[in-house]
Amino acid sequence: MSDVTLHHGAEHASEPHGHGHHHPFLQHHFEDLGQQHEASTLGMWFFVAQEILFFGGIFAAYFIYREMYPAAWKAASHLQNWKIGAANTIVLIGSSLTMALAVWGAQGAKRKFTTLMLVLTLLLGGIFVGVKGYEYSEHIHEGLFPGAHFSFTHAPAEVLPGIQMFMTFYFTMTGLHALHMIIGAGLLLWFIKRTWRGDFGPEYYGPVEIMGLYWHFVDIVWIFLFPLLYLV
Amino acid sequence: MTSTTIDDAPFIEPSTKERRNYINDEYGVLSWLLTKDHKRIALLYLFSVTTFFIVGGLIAFLMRLELLTPEGDMFTSDTYNKLFTLHGIVMIFFFLIPAIPAVMGNFILPIMLGAKDLAFPKLNLLSWYVYMVGGIFGIIVIITGGVDTGWTFYTPFSTQYSNTKVFATTLGAFITGFSSILTGLNFLVTIHRMRAPGLTWYRLPLFVWSMYATSVVIMLATPVLAITLVLLMVERVLHVGIFDPALGGDPVLYQHMFWFYSHPAVYIMILPGMAVISECVAAFTRKRIFGYKFVAFSSLGIAFLGFLVWAHHMFVAGISTYSAMIFSFLTMLVAVPSAIKVFNWTATLYKASVSWQTPMLYVLGFIGLFTIGGVTGLFLGALGVDVHVHDSYFVVAHFHYIMVGGTIMAYMAGIHYWWPKITGRMYPEWWGRLSALLVFIGFNLTFFPQFLVGYVGMPRRYHAYAPEFQVLNVLSTAGATVLAVGYLLPMIYLAWSVKFGRKAGANPWGAVGLEWATTSPPPKENFHETPTVTWEAYDYPAFLKAMKETQHV
Repeated sequence: MSDVTLHHGAEHASEPHGHGHHHPFLQHHFEDLGQQHEASTLGMWFFVAQEILFFGGIFAAYFIYREMYPAAWKAASHLQNWKIGAANTIVLIGSSLTMALAVWGAQGAKRKFTTLMLVLTLLLGGIFVGVKGYEYSEHIHEGLFPGAHFSFTHAPAEVLPGIQMFMTFYFTMTGLHALHMIIGAGLLLWFIKRTWRGDFGPEYYGPVEIMGLYWHFVDIVWIFLFPLLYLV
Repeated sequence: MTSTTIDDAPFIEPSTKERRNYINDEYGVLSWLLTKDHKRIALLYLFSVTTFFIVGGLIAFLMRLELLTPEGDMFTSDTYNKLFTLHGIVMIFFFLIPAIPAVMGNFILPIMLGAKDLAFPKLNLLSWYVYMVGGIFGIIVIITGGVDTGWTFYTPFSTQYSNTKVFATTLGAFITGFSSILTGLNFLVTIHRMRAPGLTWYRLPLFVWSMYATSVVIMLATPVLAITLVLLMVERVLHVGIFDPALGGDPVLYQHMFWFYSHPAVYIMILPGMAVISECVAAFTRKRIFGYKFVAFSSLGIAFLGFLVWAHHMFVAGISTYSAMIFSFLTMLVAVPSAIKVFNWTATLYKASVSWQTPMLYVLGFIGLFTIGGVTGLFLGALGVDVHVHDSYFVVAHFHYIMVGGTIMAYMAGIHYWWPKITGRMYPEWWGRLSALLVFIGFNLTFFPQFLVGYVGMPRRYHAYAPEFQVLNVLSTAGATVLAVGYLLPMIYLAWSVKFGRKAGANPWGAVGLEWATTSPPPKENFHETPTVTWEAYDYPAFLKAMKETQHV
């Protein structure tokens, strides 16, 4: 380990408390808050790396079938309402902004501001998932849900199997994305409680930052999903 | 680096008084089930993977019994399909993949780094629970009728036609995958951020380098299996055709995605074995590992190249000849770093005064058997030979030489090597040597005939076979019996030694390395004070010199 890692943070961990008192959130197996912060951040980046491979697999499959069924892919993407998708994208980017502001607020010990921003993030995320649910119900109504209930007929017969394949990917990809959003929402609830309790401040804001990393990652997945499923 | 600094090592005075250690620190079932101590979690894993090993071994034994005679007289072909499927799934997902990282990695890695614990102790405990949930799915599948797709779940059979418990099995494998991801992530962060002062990258034991490479592969390959199994489950539940050619899907895509994980998974299983071997070779030759940096970087080389060879499982699956040639070439390349390791271990043994204790016997078994397994892997990587022996017992023999002759040999070596550290007691040496010998003989008797019978054309995965193959199959079953005894013995004498074994002391092998600088069993926090490392890995020259000087005084 580099000396930098050990000593950086040692200062601001011990200074304000002094006399060997540990910060209440310093876990026993870390030397100091600096080390704890760096370990957690690195852990989140590794987690994001494995998420990229997870989504990467389904993106690869998507591209292969896109090559196999270009006509069906084109027809199917026209069945998506791009206006709703675009509006939802803006909602999600907005939630990323409030999340970033929450991290900034946590660093500055702005307890009320941070809580407000986290609540807004949760709200915007909730709107996104709600709109997604509305889109799902529309598609199911149109008979586009793949499998036994697939009854869509408003397209030439030769592209129908391809459209069903597209919709399989549509539901799986957006479904996995929505699942990540719902997990994120659960985490946000916990963070709202912790922030309101006053856990975070200039010395200890790492968890909020890591929550932010996760939330931004989930948003970026959508930034790829939106053009691939709605536009092209 | 100076050669005299070994005196600085924080050797702890052995005490006759009963010490607090991680085992007697707290009592009660809950203190184990809710523990965040990496050492206790390692023991939880030890019990669970051993249970799955017994289950997988019993299934293997039933298969060998069936194969005593050419007729399919003991099980129907359907039952036999389920047996080899369950054997593969249990052994791969629930034993081989977690075995060395989750047991020995969990126990030893933080101690080797001079850390108090892994970076994320709660995540570590969670990974065990996730593993157990996946395992319970596996057990439920076995009890409620099994699964017959082979451990590879090839589509469209697995998604459209098999009427066995495919969904529950894949869900179990999917869940267990997350437990490996959590363990890998934990190891990576711990190695990056939790090293003791002075413990630079090139001072790390090779065990750590190999675990690092393993964790990278776990982190980058396992999620691809996860998404592949998600698509498989979606296809099976909704009856859509992602991988079903009848519905416009591409079954070869499934194989690509599956092997993109499952070939690197071979390295998830063998790299930890190599990690153990490096430690044991150094300890029992009392030498530095020859070519430390070559061995360290060959681990990373294997991890990298391992991602580029997956399609060699698919040479007869209809991929283009051109891509098959490229994958064949890349397969030859991955042999290079593996060979570097074997040559370096052998060079370390050269002119060394080797101690022939049990771990070292297992290590020698590993080196020989892994070499045979690796070289026959090259046969299979060559296009022409692969077409000839594909889906024959030659393949079965090849990967058992790697997985059983390699990984399990290393696992046994590591268990014996670190047993005194884990329990504070020595295992009985004579019984240990006997078990190593039985395992070696039993293993070769089981699997060498399979090379021969496969080469002359016996296909894998059938419960009946042509009568001319019987002699070799009888030999194989006889070998499996010897092998079973070889594996049962350690379970008995290791359990016995926990109560009746000789007290081990801090460093029974006279080995260097931080894990031998603390008491056996280690205290809850591993070290009474964080050690500062000023010496290279495997600094036996200085260690032996220091030992000599203390004796003169």
